[in-house]
Amino acid sequence: MGVFLQYTVIGLTVGSFYALVALGYTIVYGIIRLINFAQGDLSMVGAFLGWTLLVSFGFEHLPIYIALVIAFVIPMIGTAVINIGILQFAYKPLLRRSLLAILITALGMSLLLQNASELIWGPAIQAYPPNLLPLSGFFIGPVHVTYVQIALVIASLLLMCGLVAFVQGTTMGTAMRALAVDHDAARLMGINVDAVIRVAFVLGAMLAAASGVMLGIYYVQIQFTMGFLLGLRAFTAAVLGGIGNIPGAMAGGLLIGLLEAYTTGYLSGTWEDVVVFGVLITVLIVKPTGLFGERVAERM
Amino acid sequence: MALLEVRDLHVFYGNIEALKGISLDAQPKQVVAILGGNGAGKTTTLRTISGLLRPRSGSITCDGKSIVGVPAHVIVGLGLSQVPEGRRIFNILNVEENLSLGGYLMRSHRQLIKERKAAVYELFPRLAERRGQLAGTLSGGEQQMLAIGRALMSDPKVLMLDEPSLGLAPMLARSVLKTVRRIADRGAAVLLVEQNARQALAIADYAYVIEVGRIALEGEAAALASDERVQKAYLGGFESVGSA
Repeated sequence: MGVFLQYTVIGLTVGSFYALVALGYTIVYGIIRLINFAQGDLSMVGAFLGWTLLVSFGFEHLPIYIALVIAFVIPMIGTAVINIGILQFAYKPLLRRSLLAILITALGMSLLLQNASELIWGPAIQAYPPNLLPLSGFFIGPVHVTYVQIALVIASLLLMCGLVAFVQGTTMGTAMRALAVDHDAARLMGINVDAVIRVAFVLGAMLAAASGVMLGIYYVQIQFTMGFLLGLRAFTAAVLGGIGNIPGAMAGGLLIGLLEAYTTGYLSGTWEDVVVFGVLITVLIVKPTGLFGERVAERM
Repeated sequence: MALLEVRDLHVFYGNIEALKGISLDAQPKQVVAILGGNGAGKTTTLRTISGLLRPRSGSITCDGKSIVGVPAHVIVGLGLSQVPEGRRIFNILNVEENLSLGGYLMRSHRQLIKERKAAVYELFPRLAERRGQLAGTLSGGEQQMLAIGRALMSDPKVLMLDEPSLGLAPMLARSVLKTVRRIADRGAAVLLVEQNARQALAIADYAYVIEVGRIALEGEAAALASDERVQKAYLGGFESVGSA
């Protein structure tokens, strides 16, 4: 039982990162029916931007709170700018064309980000400052919980709450939900559809960047390839929860994290992807609408 | 000069010419009915005025300013609002949120939004009772009220309605059209597209009959209602006005 709970703690931690990335997929899909495959790579770019600030620029030596604020906020902004660039130059000219064209473009953007990052930061594994947050922890019964895990899970939850508050509580958020239903009707309300799409891309990128920095802090090691599998797992999470559905993406992320932790713990790490993508295929075959299965047009 | 002036509008879907030179006027306090059969170009006319479609040629002016080529979301801000065919309310949002989006351009003026919502609830008390309810769960008549209320949130100078009585029980349809008349009496110019010619002409001041993309006939509503050709084609008969 103790072992099971230990895996659960690990799974929830990693799952909260997946949830953040999955939210990016889901928000963008909800509005323009596009799977932004660059989502995982945006997370990687965020991780590297954070690393650059902390290690290359030496901000790790600043007081911890200032260092963390810088390491999160600037990568979130930078990644948002990149995602807007991708939207304007790659996706927007194709929005009225075939879905296949835009899907392939999205894969292309994923590769572009990976290769550009390799050129900028090199192919080697880089290391986040290992002592940024205290590595120690405490025991709850037989389960060891670290302060890093608590801090990162809380930060993820805060970001998710912020997102939900924005989408449910602001007129812009209401406009985003309206776009999930009917673009033309939204235009007739005076909603600048392009501007709302940009907001969705900004939100998606910010969540991805935050998760990237968290992954860097949690796993210490980062590499330009890390976004690929991360993106696919988060995509699985979004599909599992029902793509386009915000609570679904959160639940899906946590479930995939747990699944991964249990698989690694009880079987072996090599089975992780087999199980995760087995889930993806099973969901797509058995219940393509995901756990929170409603019709796609009625999401968010 | 009329508040809304449409001149020689030509609109294409690909190679198919849907509007072949439509001209019409609308004045404040006027209900202008646009009649015609399926596929005649009524909806296309409204969608073009709203900026959802671009005309190949022709002019549209509101208050003397050209609105051709202006994006749809900007046109709303110029005082032209449309209740689209099939209502197209945001079914996953509640009544209150739907109205909020109707006032999207004034979203920073919270007080104004509040007043306009109150005015809509006064016009449609049923909506006030259901303000927290998801729009998708409203009855057809309530959804139509919401669609009209949502369009009124921007306090339009020109209100366009596309088949507001479609799918409603006869009594409800009459009540909706009565409300449309009241909206015009308060000062808006109303463009009313309707299949139900008899009821539309009953509340309209002026009417145009569109057939295959052209104005086939126009005139005072009362005159058209008693016009033999209109009676045959739209008030019971099945022949077109043009062939009469």
